[in-house]
Amino acid sequence: MTTTQHTPPGQSRVVDKAQYGLAAGIGVAGAYVIYDATTLHKGFADQPVQPYTFPFIVGAGLIVLAALLALATARGDVPELEEGEDVDLTKGSDWVTVGKLVVVFALNFALISWLGWAITGALLFAGTAHVLGARSIVRSLAIGVVLSVLSWYGFYSGLGLAIPAGVLDGVL
Amino acid sequence: MGSFDLLMQGFENAFTPTNLLYACIGVLLGTAVGVLPGIGPAMTLALLLPITYSVEPASALIMFAGIYYGGMYGGSTTSILLNTPGESSSVVTAIEGNKMAKAGRAAQALATAAIGSFVAGTIGTLLLVLFAPKLATEVVKLGAPSYFALLLLALFAVTAVLGSSRLRGFTALFIGLAIGLVGTSTGQPRLTFGSPLLADGIDIVVVAVAIFAIGEALWVASHLRRRPLDIIPVGQPWMSRDDWGRSWKPWLRGTAFGFPFGALPAGGAELPTFLSYITERKLAKNPEEFGHGAIEGVAGPEAANNASAAGTLVPLLAMGLPTTATAAVILLAFQSYGIETGPGLFDSQPILVWTLLASLFIGNTLLLVLNLPLAPVWAKLLQIPRPYLYAGILFFASLGAYSVNFQWFDLLILLVIGLLGLAMRRFGLPVLPLIIGVILGPRLEAQLTEALAISSGDVSTLWSEPVAVIVYVIIGATLLFIVGNGLRTMAANNRKQVSA
Repeated sequence: MTTTQHTPPGQSRVVDKAQYGLAAGIGVAGAYVIYDATTLHKGFADQPVQPYTFPFIVGAGLIVLAALLALATARGDVPELEEGEDVDLTKGSDWVTVGKLVVVFALNFALISWLGWAITGALLFAGTAHVLGARSIVRSLAIGVVLSVLSWYGFYSGLGLAIPAGVLDGVL
Repeated sequence: MGSFDLLMQGFENAFTPTNLLYACIGVLLGTAVGVLPGIGPAMTLALLLPITYSVEPASALIMFAGIYYGGMYGGSTTSILLNTPGESSSVVTAIEGNKMAKAGRAAQALATAAIGSFVAGTIGTLLLVLFAPKLATEVVKLGAPSYFALLLLALFAVTAVLGSSRLRGFTALFIGLAIGLVGTSTGQPRLTFGSPLLADGIDIVVVAVAIFAIGEALWVASHLRRRPLDIIPVGQPWMSRDDWGRSWKPWLRGTAFGFPFGALPAGGAELPTFLSYITERKLAKNPEEFGHGAIEGVAGPEAANNASAAGTLVPLLAMGLPTTATAAVILLAFQSYGIETGPGLFDSQPILVWTLLASLFIGNTLLLVLNLPLAPVWAKLLQIPRPYLYAGILFFASLGAYSVNFQWFDLLILLVIGLLGLAMRRFGLPVLPLIIGVILGPRLEAQLTEALAISSGDVSTLWSEPVAVIVYVIIGATLLFIVGNGLRTMAANNRKQVSA
């Protein structure tokens, strides 16, 4: 038989436990979609499709799929990780780097209203480049400043859009 | 006016200096991002959507089309020189292309890819010009029930036919549909968590940038290759008489595979490139060369790849149905200009559409003229330091999402959906069904509403048109086949486990 099988006979079955988490998350999302739908009123007379019809279908679909995914996980179904030129799947996952990137990213949206894109954009570039292993902080900062200031002026003169300048209002 | 006159008028518009410039930028940018690891054409287009706020529609779409074709070509350069294909459509090219490069025939592999792409792209665009307007005039006669059925088919086909795990495909689709529900399009807030910021729904630009750019950058960051890649150096691409003789038939056969598959609702380049590869191996005079760098194995799949790119524009322009991630983003560009996409496009925007079609021919020629001499430059791009590359992607992704409304809230959404994109890559959920779900979900609801409003609530209207019935039969048959296949596999696995 030539059917593909994830667990060759004789070996213990691999269960991707994190996938239960994904299934749970999708199930909760589906339940919330349905709960949200129950809070909707009946539509207007000229609305033949009730506002809650699609949410009920989508929510139910999510719950069924979550259950199937949990079942598949228990049966030893493992995901096919996405490959790419710079992706090395032979080593383990480096979630610390991802965590740091998320922090830098969060700083960007926390500060952008106050400092403006020209500053936070530069910090975003320098910060993420540093987290990803760029050696010289000065160089990352320099590239970041050039990119963010250029993009600010590019939007301003090229597209006619003024990105909010934050504290640099009047300076740029 | 006949199609030919319209096309000539399109050429006239496309040959203005501004539009030629945008075509050049598009082709160069497209090739560059196709070559660069981690960035594909879909991500690039998503990042460039802000230019639709001020650039003329024709110019922007010309550039986008150039990026689409250029990206296809750039992807093949990477797979020939690196053996790690970035786009799924160039996986097959890597098989023989990289072997050729290792044997010192990188120049010939790049040349047959470039010229084959040109041949296939030109024939494909010609077929597009012939078929898309005719198809559109037929589709425009269909009523809302048929159009609803076609939307369902597109969603179903993209999810069920592509990818290795259908369970994961449908999961991605339903997540996309759920994201598409957010907003007050029905008069009442749905899934807005009481926030007025979500009342208009989640901007699809933000979703696309988050899923393609942030998700990809975070995923690469979690598995970043620490040692440099082996890049095979390359000079000026060229081919000998013998190479030409071996290439031209695979080009034509590849085109014949690529275009129809691209034009189907379950379009995409994976299947036709693979079919082209096995066909060439079967027809080759010395099949033992396959696996060691046969030029036919590069020529055929590359032509199929580009022809299918032209093919995917048929459903996009004639019906407003995107079947690939890149086509989905091009559709977003139309929408952000407020242009109604769908079968009426050829009637409502004739100048725009025909200029776009004419510029496809120009872009294709530019690709050939620019890329043959520039190949060594593209190869250098592969050496860009990865921290800067991915920091740049995060930077431009943030800029693109922020420029939609200049609200920090969009950056928060960007991060949240970006993390979803990361999780999808970790758990093998395909990205395309999600994006198509976000785009087509609301339209599905709108078409159903329209159909039922006309019939004053009578549901039987949905199968009152022959086209709709045919489409449901196709969906039903495919579904039966998939379920049957799944059950057989499961039964087989159970038997195996019992005997093991």
